[in-house]
Amino acid sequence: MMALEQVLAAVGRVDRQDLTLWIERRWVRPHHEGGGYVFTELDVARVTLICEMRHDLAIDDEAMPVVLGLMDQLYGMRRRVRHLVDAVSAQPEEVRRAIAAELKRQAAED
Amino acid sequence: MVPRALEKIRERACYGGATSSLAPVQIMTDPYETLGLSKSASDDDIRKAYRKLAKKYHPDINPGKADAEDRFKDISVAYGLLSDPEKRARFDKGEIDATGAETPRSFYRGFADAGGGGRYGADEHFVDNEDAESFFADLFGHGGARSGQSGAAGGFRMRGGNVSYALRVSFIDAAKGARKRLTLPDGRTLDVDIPAGIDTGQTVRLKGQGSPGLGGGPPGDALIRIEVETHPVFRRDGRDIRIDLPVTLAEAMLGGKVRVPTIDGTVAMTIPKGSDNGATLRLKGKGAGAPGGGDRGDQYVTVRPVLPRQSDAELEEFIRRWYDSHPQDPRDTLEQSR
Repeated sequence: MMALEQVLAAVGRVDRQDLTLWIERRWVRPHHEGGGYVFTELDVARVTLICEMRHDLAIDDEAMPVVLGLMDQLYGMRRRVRHLVDAVSAQPEEVRRAIAAELKRQAAED
Repeated sequence: MVPRALEKIRERACYGGATSSLAPVQIMTDPYETLGLSKSASDDDIRKAYRKLAKKYHPDINPGKADAEDRFKDISVAYGLLSDPEKRARFDKGEIDATGAETPRSFYRGFADAGGGGRYGADEHFVDNEDAESFFADLFGHGGARSGQSGAAGGFRMRGGNVSYALRVSFIDAAKGARKRLTLPDGRTLDVDIPAGIDTGQTVRLKGQGSPGLGGGPPGDALIRIEVETHPVFRRDGRDIRIDLPVTLAEAMLGGKVRVPTIDGTVAMTIPKGSDNGATLRLKGKGAGAPGGGDRGDQYVTVRPVLPRQSDAELEEFIRRWYDSHPQDPRDTLEQSR
């Protein structure tokens, strides 16, 4: 858990004004507690990523919400697929083998 | 570049008394090579090369690729070294090697993939409303989670997949309907009712004859795509059937009874007197069936007068004399419309 000041110091590549703007735009969504923001590790990693996309990958403020939106969809899909994989893993061997065979068949058809 | 890297390790082994052991030394490739650059690259070249590679290999935009993180670290280290003029100069002179001090860091993907990543849903206003149940119901067809009767074994229940087959059907069978036996690759046989009037490209669906379901889920369907063979005499025109009927000059001019093939067998038909080439007669109800039920189509018979098979001097002489005394030009309509 970090306060906004700590995040600015830890990331080092973003100033207060930009970070506040990103929070307003919902690019970063820290918890709001007792009149200040509280950032988890997830939030800090996201701030770092946005900095890198801006400076290193040259993604501008117009494109950023598109990229973040697609990225969030990708991670959302990965979480769901993982739930699915977990559900399949809990099945008897025979069922898992049938699913594996079907996946293989469909991949060959693709 | 490996020999060069090895050389550096050896140097370190000699001079680097502080290095406690050789074991953890990582062999770094040449930073120029990592970024795909030559030694003469400008600062601008270096930045461009880095951006290009970072866009491709950033781990957070490649969450499923395990090697993206290593690759990106190599790229970052190479860029960190070459983008700093002082470090780059020292590297070029051989004063430092390519191993940069690697700052430990956590990538976003590590957190987003772990629990808690759900906070950054794709669109907080919509996607969060789509609960996991309906997502999986869509995935498994609608028999599964939505009906509430999830299977006893762990709640995992899945409809079997559809299986597609192709079946060639004769023209007559397609027009009249038929029952065909299909032998499947697994040795099972399926009786397929071909509905009358089916056409090429249409599909017969056999419910429950596809792959078996899992965990008590219902089986999928067999989808049989129909290809209708062509026929030397009959042609399909929707529900109707068309044929060309050769007739003699006498039958065309004088009329008469002829025998005409239909998909039900041969029938008698009267040719009216003076039926010219192209005249079309209808045999009601002798067409193909309608797939959804309903009346059969008709058969349309187009009259095609043919010359006698052998030439005949007497007939030729008669025709010459007749046309001499009845001059006419059947092409005058073509002249007029020009």
